[in-house]
Amino acid sequence: MNVPKHWREIPERYRMEAGKCTKCTKILFPARLVCPFCGNKEFDKINLSGKGKLLTYTIIRTAPEGFEDFTPYAIGIVELKEGVKVMGQITDCNTETLKTGDQLVAKFRRMNEEGKTGMIMYSYKFVPDLGI
Amino acid sequence: MVGIIGYGTQIPRYRIKVEEIAKVWGADASAIRRGLNLNEKSVPAPDEDCATLSVNAARDALKRAGIDPKKIGAVYVGSESHPYAVKPTGTIVAEALGICPDVHTADLEFACKAGTEGMFIALQLVKSGAVSCALAIGADTSQGAPGDALEYSASAGAAAFIMGSENLVAELLETDCYMTDTPDFWRRENAHYPEHGGRFTGDPAYKKHVTGAVMAILERTATKPEDFDYLVFHQPNGKFPVQMAKKLGFKEPQYRYGLLTPTLGNTYSGSSPMGLAATLDEAKPEQTILLVSYGSGAGSDAFIFRTTERLLEVHNQAPKVRKQLDEHKFYLEYGSYAKFRRKILKPE
Ligand SMILES: [Zn+2]
Repeated sequence: MNVPKHWREIPERYRMEAGKCTKCTKILFPARLVCPFCGNKEFDKINLSGKGKLLTYTIIRTAPEGFEDFTPYAIGIVELKEGVKVMGQITDCNTETLKTGDQLVAKFRRMNEEGKTGMIMYSYKFVPDLGI
Repeated sequence: MVGIIGYGTQIPRYRIKVEEIAKVWGADASAIRRGLNLNEKSVPAPDEDCATLSVNAARDALKRAGIDPKKIGAVYVGSESHPYAVKPTGTIVAEALGICPDVHTADLEFACKAGTEGMFIALQLVKSGAVSCALAIGADTSQGAPGDALEYSASAGAAAFIMGSENLVAELLETDCYMTDTPDFWRRENAHYPEHGGRFTGDPAYKKHVTGAVMAILERTATKPEDFDYLVFHQPNGKFPVQMAKKLGFKEPQYRYGLLTPTLGNTYSGSSPMGLAATLDEAKPEQTILLVSYGSGAGSDAFIFRTTERLLEVHNQAPKVRKQLDEHKFYLEYGSYAKFRRKILKPE
C-alpha cells in the first residue's frame, strides 16, 4: 500500500462510509461512481453499522508481508445488518472456536505499517460482538 | 451550564498477571500484590494503539451523547504513547468519527495528566462559547522497561468525554490546578522506555500535587471531603490513591468505583478519566464527584462534577467500564506479552 491509496480509502476504512443509490436504494460498499444495478450516478453517503454475522471464513497461517506477526488470524465475509457483505480480518477472537453465524462488530484497528518509520494504516476489523 | 454529555471507554481484552511477570524476573509476586495493590494489567493487542483505543472509546461516548458528530468543534487526545512522534492522533480520531474538517484538534502530552488536560480545555472552550461540543480523550498503551517496577503496572486503555452545554449527564461545578517543575519521571526523545526517580515519585511528586489540587479546590468551593459522594484520583498503582484518600479524610465507599488499577493497571493518560467513567457508570442523579489527576513533571488537575437525571438514561447505551474490565479476558504468558509489546526484536 502507498500513501495516496491509503488516503483515498480513509472514508471506507475509518468509518465504513458507503453510498446509498438515490434511485434503487441499494447500498454500495465501497462507494462507487455508477450504480451497477440501475446506472444511477447519485448516492447518499451513509456510515455502515459494522454489525453483522459471519458468513464464511478462513484461517491464515502463512501470511503476506506485513502480517506475519498476526498468524494465525481469520479473514471472513460478514453480512452486515444493512445487507451488505464485507470482507475483513477478524481479530480479538479464538480462531479455534470461531464459527459461521457468529455475531461480529467492526472496531477501529491498526491494519499494517510501512516498516518501523513509515505510515501506519488503520482500518475496520471485526471482533466478536460481546457488548464490550 | 457546561459539563459531560457523553462518555465511553475501551480496554483491550488481553491481560497479564503480576505472577507471570514476577516469575520471569525472579521477583516476589505476593509482595507486589500486597505492596502496590496490583493483580493484573491490560495489554494492547498488536493491532491496538493510542489511536484505535481513542476511536473505539469515542464511538461509545457518541452513543451516549446522542449528537451528530459534526457538532463537535474540538478534539483533544492526551497521551504519552501517540502512534507518531510527528503527526497528530487527533486528526485520525476526528476523521474516524466523521467530525472533519470543521474542527480544531490537538495532541496533548503531560505524562499521566494529558487526559484531564484535554478535558479541562474542552470544558473551558464550551464554556466560552467558542464551540458547542468538544471531545477530550485520555489514552495510552504505556510501556515499562523489562524488569522495572513499572512493568507490573504500565497498561492500556482509553476514556473519551464529550463536553457540551445541553443534555448534560454531569455538570461541571469547579476546576482547579496545581503545577510545579518536579523531575520525577521522564522519557527523552528516541528513548524506548521512561526513567523515573524511584521513591522520589511518591512524596514530592504524586502526594504533594494531588494534595495541593485537592486542598485548593476544597478551599475554593468551601467544601469538605465528606461533602462528595465519589472521589477519583490518578492511580499509578493501587496503593498511592488509597493512601492519599485516607490521609485527606476520604473513605472507601467514595473511591470504590473509581479505583480500577488493581485489575487494570495504570493506563497513564487514561487512568483517572477511566476512573471517572467507572464512577459515572454507577452514580445516581444529583451526586457529586471529585476528580483529581496527576502527571509527572508535575501537576494535578481537579474537577467537581454533579450528575444529572439524564445519566440514568445513558448508562446502558454503551458498555460499562467494569464489564470491559471483568468479562471476556484473554490471559497472556510473558512470551506472548513480550511479542505483543515488541519487546522481542526480530532481525531486520
Ligand atoms: Zn441504483
